Amino acid sequence: MNRKYYGKVIFELSRPGRTGYHLDSNGCEEHLATLPDNLMRHSPLRLPEVDEPTVVRHYTNMSANNFGVDSGFYPLGSCTMKYNPKINDEMATIPEFANLHPLQPADTVQGALKAYNDLQAMLCEIGGMAEFTLNPYAGAHGELTGLMVIRAYHMSRGDHNRTKVIVPDSAHGTNPASAAVAGLKVVEVKSLPDGTVDIEALRSLLDDTVAAVMMTNPNTVGLFEYSIPEIADMVHAAGALMYYDGANLNPLLGIARPGDMGFDVMHINLHKTFSTPHGGGGPGSGPVGVRAGLEKFLPNPVVVRKKPAEDDYFALDYEIEHRAESLGRISAWLGNFAVELRALAYILSLGKDGLAMAGSLATLNANYVKESLRDLYKVAIDRVCKHEFVFDGLIDKSTGVTTLDVAKRLLDHGYHAPTIYFPLLFHESLMIEPTETESKETLDEFIAVMRDIAREATETPDIVKGAPHDCPVRRPDDTSAALNPVVTYFDL
Amino acid sequence: MAHRYFPHTPDDIREMLGKCGMETLDDLYADVPESLRLKRDYDLPQQMSENKVREYFRDLADMNRPLTCFAGAGFYDHYSPAVIPAILSRSEFLTAYTPYQPEVSQGTLQYIFEFQTMMSELTGLPVSNASMYDGATALAEAMMMTVAASRKKDRVLVSATLNPAWREVIDTYALYHGVKIDTVPEDNGVTDLAALGNMLDGASDIAGVILPTPNYYGILEDYTGVAEMVHASKALLVMTAPASTLGVIKSPGEWGADIAAGEAQSLGMPMSFGGPGLGYMCCTKALMRKLPGRIVGKTTDASGQRVFVLTLQAREQHIRRDKATSNICSNQGLMALYATVYLSLMGPQGLRDVNDLSSSGAHYLASRLVETGAFELKYPSRPFLNEFVLRYNGETSLKDFMEVSAASGCLAGVMIADDELLVCVTENRTKEEIDRYIWRAETFSKAQTPLFKSESEQNF
Amino acid sequence: MIYYSKSHEYARVEGNTAFIGISDYAQKALGNVVYVDMPEQGDDVTAGEEFGAVESVKAASDLFAPVSGAVVNINEALIDNPRLVNDDAMANWIIEVEMTDPSELEGLMDEEAYKAFCASETH
Repeated sequence: MNRKYYGKVIFELSRPGRTGYHLDSNGCEEHLATLPDNLMRHSPLRLPEVDEPTVVRHYTNMSANNFGVDSGFYPLGSCTMKYNPKINDEMATIPEFANLHPLQPADTVQGALKAYNDLQAMLCEIGGMAEFTLNPYAGAHGELTGLMVIRAYHMSRGDHNRTKVIVPDSAHGTNPASAAVAGLKVVEVKSLPDGTVDIEALRSLLDDTVAAVMMTNPNTVGLFEYSIPEIADMVHAAGALMYYDGANLNPLLGIARPGDMGFDVMHINLHKTFSTPHGGGGPGSGPVGVRAGLEKFLPNPVVVRKKPAEDDYFALDYEIEHRAESLGRISAWLGNFAVELRALAYILSLGKDGLAMAGSLATLNANYVKESLRDLYKVAIDRVCKHEFVFDGLIDKSTGVTTLDVAKRLLDHGYHAPTIYFPLLFHESLMIEPTETESKETLDEFIAVMRDIAREATETPDIVKGAPHDCPVRRPDDTSAALNPVVTYFDL
Repeated sequence: MAHRYFPHTPDDIREMLGKCGMETLDDLYADVPESLRLKRDYDLPQQMSENKVREYFRDLADMNRPLTCFAGAGFYDHYSPAVIPAILSRSEFLTAYTPYQPEVSQGTLQYIFEFQTMMSELTGLPVSNASMYDGATALAEAMMMTVAASRKKDRVLVSATLNPAWREVIDTYALYHGVKIDTVPEDNGVTDLAALGNMLDGASDIAGVILPTPNYYGILEDYTGVAEMVHASKALLVMTAPASTLGVIKSPGEWGADIAAGEAQSLGMPMSFGGPGLGYMCCTKALMRKLPGRIVGKTTDASGQRVFVLTLQAREQHIRRDKATSNICSNQGLMALYATVYLSLMGPQGLRDVNDLSSSGAHYLASRLVETGAFELKYPSRPFLNEFVLRYNGETSLKDFMEVSAASGCLAGVMIADDELLVCVTENRTKEEIDRYIWRAETFSKAQTPLFKSESEQNF
Repeated sequence: MIYYSKSHEYARVEGNTAFIGISDYAQKALGNVVYVDMPEQGDDVTAGEEFGAVESVKAASDLFAPVSGAVVNINEALIDNPRLVNDDAMANWIIEVEMTDPSELEGLMDEEAYKAFCASETH
């Protein structure tokens, strides 16, 4: 990372007459049509004019303002910032995949369709589901798709009154937002003091207007919802379906499968559990799996395997037939295909043994950090956690040092901050997820720094409150940004 | 078991378990009911070395055949500068997540700010978000945005000339979100504006109107007077165009649109069998707080430096939960960087050259194909840039022509009916490739030509 | 006379007109207000239903109408300077409503009852 901030924007490097490209003539220039003037652009197009070396140096310097998993420890809770293996990227950029048009004839894209099919099958095995669609572009998109599956299921049964989704109060904000986009009303169910869903409160909410119960397991406090078998029975008896938010699937690798827990529909974040790079916020991938009986509701297009004579031939649904009861279409084509290839490479690299270890090691790392800091930070709920856990701030709050201050001070020490002020169940939430790819040495160094910060908070609190001191930029003024939004260079 | 991604030695595991007061890794899962435990190995392959993974993918890759691409229909084969993969592979960009901590995320925030500026320039609208998943979902979000902005209306009109795959996505979102979608009919390849006028006339429940140009058939539509008509009904105008074409065609802002949303894969991105692409979404200042997705804004830090932050977050799902403008909580981050570096290299003139080369190639191919007699333009009176619809008049079937083209390594277009072909030419197509296409049209449209005749037998 | 709702809006009543804003307690809870989303002049609002929102940097709060009626005025000063709500929430009303059913005021709290209500909320 830069020690000094590189703060230019590309427009400031622009000089008329500079160019960063060269295109060949195609010998057809004389055929350039004159198009009606009123259909053409007349306003100036103020894009930068920059040469290639300047572009490369600009973005390289800009990248050095950034912190990634490859830069250092990134314990951002609920985001599963594990190491992103480089072989995944190499596989995703193979020209025979990268240069395929989505509408090529099926016989010219058999490898791509087989890759899609292979990953589908592997996710089915890992999730305990009957079929997966890989089309959703992100976790939130997967949630939306999964809820549409659930609505399509109820509608197919003429059960039109089921318009509510129950989500725990510990849920990610995305859950209620996805429900609202899918046209469902959100009802919150409270958590017990031990952090798990209040099963009696849930029982009282279940009736014939409930479409689904949406759960994250382990939940956002990092705790396993041990009542899940009873909850699933209750929900199914009430005619509703169980939705599994796969945000926290990582610690269950090799341990348990959502399908076996009674979940009917689930999504997986390939960019979390299956190590595809987060890319500064995307592209991700949010495949949705369903139990047997719900496959027909999955979105189009679908990759199918022609049976039985041509066992090795794959086709896209529109070559055969649309699924009549499909919920519809939620993406232009087959999702973020290059991301799907990365996840496939990861599953192959880990194999069944590696996958089975990933969950346990992630859980071990989280518990180790929690146990090493519990005398200085307030453990929000004192149970064995899974892949992540929540501190409700420092134990000694007397000097007024907040979770935000602790997070900012960590930046000074070369760590990314944990997730802060989430879940909303606690005032000073500090949510730490170390993931299985961090070594004991890394964790020990992090623990030592966290202990130092706690000491500083007591002895020299102003240092923590003024952090970061040692980053390229200091704390930004969020209020003025929102009060007078300046969102383009030409508004500066 | 040791694995190259896991740093833990047996001693580490023992010591760490000791700290937790446990003996085995299994003890960490004592609260998982026994009935839920997976008591067998996954039915998956054993771990593979990198070479074995490469072999696996090589076998798959060998089953694919990239073709010389004359297809578009929403995804385009444009020139891709070598600089871009080099920049995108910088792990500070690649392996970062959402810029939640601006002090260590200025790189991501800066390029999003640049991206927003560039998309705002291209669409002619003052506000852009940090990107959406793809063009189809961006338009579906725009559809919901018009409904949310209107507060009480629940109907949106969509032109029949929109990409049908995208229309399916809009219909799906609308069905579940509770929005009625009506089709504005087409007339000879363009939106029937008289019909649109009639639909708007006196209607009080229309929140938005979605119109494409260039449309699915590649035709540049003339929307003169349409914005006034839409606004007179207190509805919002949403327009869409492949981002690359916005370098030369009249922008949504110039047409008077309130929202522009669409696909930006045409900014040099690999086709990657349909994804990742890049959705874009821009709007007027008045609608800024209804815009879904992330937005980056300028501010200053505690030492007075100009810096960038995520802003207007009160719109978003992590604060508004079920009242949020959308459930989207990421963007296509890295692809937004792709577009930003692309547009930095190409500049305004590069984008013009891309469009001029594509357009000249397309018009050359179209006119020569018509001369062969095997094809005619379906909409000869309509202006097009680099994509057009042909009707096939050959003695053989269009399907046969497509197959023989594919066999010789060419994707001749996208069949949109048994005898209709949507063809696209980009600057990546050479004169030789275009002439081969023309030769195949002359040769294989005739019934007596044996389909196995080799291309190498003829000369250009 | 000033009335308060449980969602922390007030209605300052003058004759048949109600000036509606958010309480001092609500502005303090929100922090620096950066945006006030208001209806348009001429819109109708219904008691108990949402009519807009107040946003700070990290929070947003929907506004619910304490009474029904037609919006005869909006406080345009808040468009350019939403922080006026922080400066003096009671003076800086958000909308002015011509009430259609003044009896709705009976369902609201007076100053004293609202104070007690806020005290109970903090615990």
